[in-house]
Amino acid sequence: MTETTAPIDAATASSGGRSERLPTKIYLYTSLTILAAIIIIPLVTTALGGFKTLGELRGNPFGLPSDWQWENYGGILFSQRYWLQMGNSLLIAGLTVFLTLAFSAMAAFAFAHVKFFGSGFLLNYFLIGLMFPAATAILPLFIRIRDLGLLDTYWGVVLPQVAFGLGMSILLFRNFFRNLPSELFDAAFVDGAGYIRFFWSITLPLSRPIIATVGIISFVGSWNSYILPLIMLNSESKYPWPLGIMVYRGEFSTDWQLILAFITLTILPTVIVFFAAQKHIIAGLTAGAVK
Amino acid sequence: MSQTSSISAPRALSARTPAIARRKSNRVRGTWPVLVLFLPPALLLFTVFVILPMGEAAWYSFYNWNGYGLPTQWIGTKNYELIFNNGAFRQALINNGLIILVSIVIQIPLALWIATMVTHRIKGAVMFRLLFFLPYVLADVAAGMIWRFVYDGQFGLVAGIFNAMGMSAPFWLADRQVAFYAVLGVIVWKYFGFHMMLFVAGLQSIDKSVLEAADIDGATGWQKFYRVTLPMLGSTVRLSVFFAVIGSLQLFDMIMPLTGGGPSNATQTLVTFLYSFGVMRMQVGFGSAVGVVLFVICVVLAFSYKRIFMKND
Repeated sequence: MTETTAPIDAATASSGGRSERLPTKIYLYTSLTILAAIIIIPLVTTALGGFKTLGELRGNPFGLPSDWQWENYGGILFSQRYWLQMGNSLLIAGLTVFLTLAFSAMAAFAFAHVKFFGSGFLLNYFLIGLMFPAATAILPLFIRIRDLGLLDTYWGVVLPQVAFGLGMSILLFRNFFRNLPSELFDAAFVDGAGYIRFFWSITLPLSRPIIATVGIISFVGSWNSYILPLIMLNSESKYPWPLGIMVYRGEFSTDWQLILAFITLTILPTVIVFFAAQKHIIAGLTAGAVK
Repeated sequence: MSQTSSISAPRALSARTPAIARRKSNRVRGTWPVLVLFLPPALLLFTVFVILPMGEAAWYSFYNWNGYGLPTQWIGTKNYELIFNNGAFRQALINNGLIILVSIVIQIPLALWIATMVTHRIKGAVMFRLLFFLPYVLADVAAGMIWRFVYDGQFGLVAGIFNAMGMSAPFWLADRQVAFYAVLGVIVWKYFGFHMMLFVAGLQSIDKSVLEAADIDGATGWQKFYRVTLPMLGSTVRLSVFFAVIGSLQLFDMIMPLTGGGPSNATQTLVTFLYSFGVMRMQVGFGSAVGVVLFVICVVLAFSYKRIFMKND
């Protein structure tokens, strides 16, 4: 893990250098347009497919719908299941983000600023978590959650998610805390502040960028997660949307127009938030790589 | 970088005590509350839900156990023998290997090529970057579902193209020979944007004056790329490969909506194998053994890769 590079900033175009000559421009725009089409056509046809009838989907999967079937989308938007699943996902992700931030910031503060016996060893202990995916221990994890009586509860999903996110989050927080200017400490300790007051009133207010980064990583991870809820939840009323989408497909297996509308509506929040906050999201999701 | 100096910051009250004693007492008094309050929540959660389950997986893997009561039926290494004699598991291993191969041979060069294009000074470069990163942000399940539609032999886009050319549409995901290649396509579609972003960052950090010097020396575009840019991106390439390898070992979410591991196990990965043979059948011992094998593969690959390729990064 290198510790130096700044967050990836995709919004800034490269500076310096001369502007391109015409042949270069043609080559660039042609290649980029073809690639963009490969990315965007599946997404756009999915959204448009939701406006078609099944018959039209079969004859005309690419084009605009001849007769816009708004009721495909309307039926889902006015159904309880869509909002319930979105709510479940939001609740699970919210709890995961809050606990991840609280626990990892506190632990990272101890690692960054307090000298204690075994500090290095303990940090490495947490970093073991970076090396393997939750799937490797999924069966013992299931049994543990069952024995704790947390099966089919939100906590049964949230707690393992937080636990598996701790390694990366602690690492990111610790690197950030260590780079805060040490004069702050000297000043605070001269004024008689203890570690805990220092953490609360000086470190945290200065840590907004890293809180955003860790928050985004853990939110996106939880919002998109599938295997943990799949194994820990039984009742459909608690399903987050990735599970809900699979159930929906199982129910309407050949009504592709409905499934496409459902997919579109479930990924719509992600797409909107991504374009609204792209700078933060790209910096956040690639932070694990550059920090 | 250590903060020891601040910890021993002088206090007016203890000014008369010898420096060393003062430092010590200060540290002890200030340290315990923060350690006792700040470390245990993370430590407890991590131990209970990450470390213990991993240890238990190793333990359960020597039993034949359905998950109820206590594991009593010790069968030694039988589970491991069963795994390595299982055709679906071998297929899963091959498939994971193929994913790694495609990531290194196709995905990363593609991502690098695209990164070199979107770092040119042209209008819309930033928009292209965002667009290429978008699939990475989408959930694997949603991406899998979208591509299941794309590949659908009746209603999908592939069917549309074949029909338009007057041919009968193939059912790629239902074809043993082709299904996994179709899955590989989706993997590249979904993940190249992440690697592209890493390369964009790497390219932006290259000092422009080096490239200008090469210009003055009369280097062609390709020479500049091959002799200057690529060597300077070394650490980014190594990092990118590392993420591709680790990521490919975890692949599960995308396979489930696409094929669920079928047809006849042709598209199993290690994790879908663990799910369909361990979790679905509640074979805790067998499934745990698969988990242990996956764990060992992850750790060995991560360690040896870092040892060999990332020594200096």
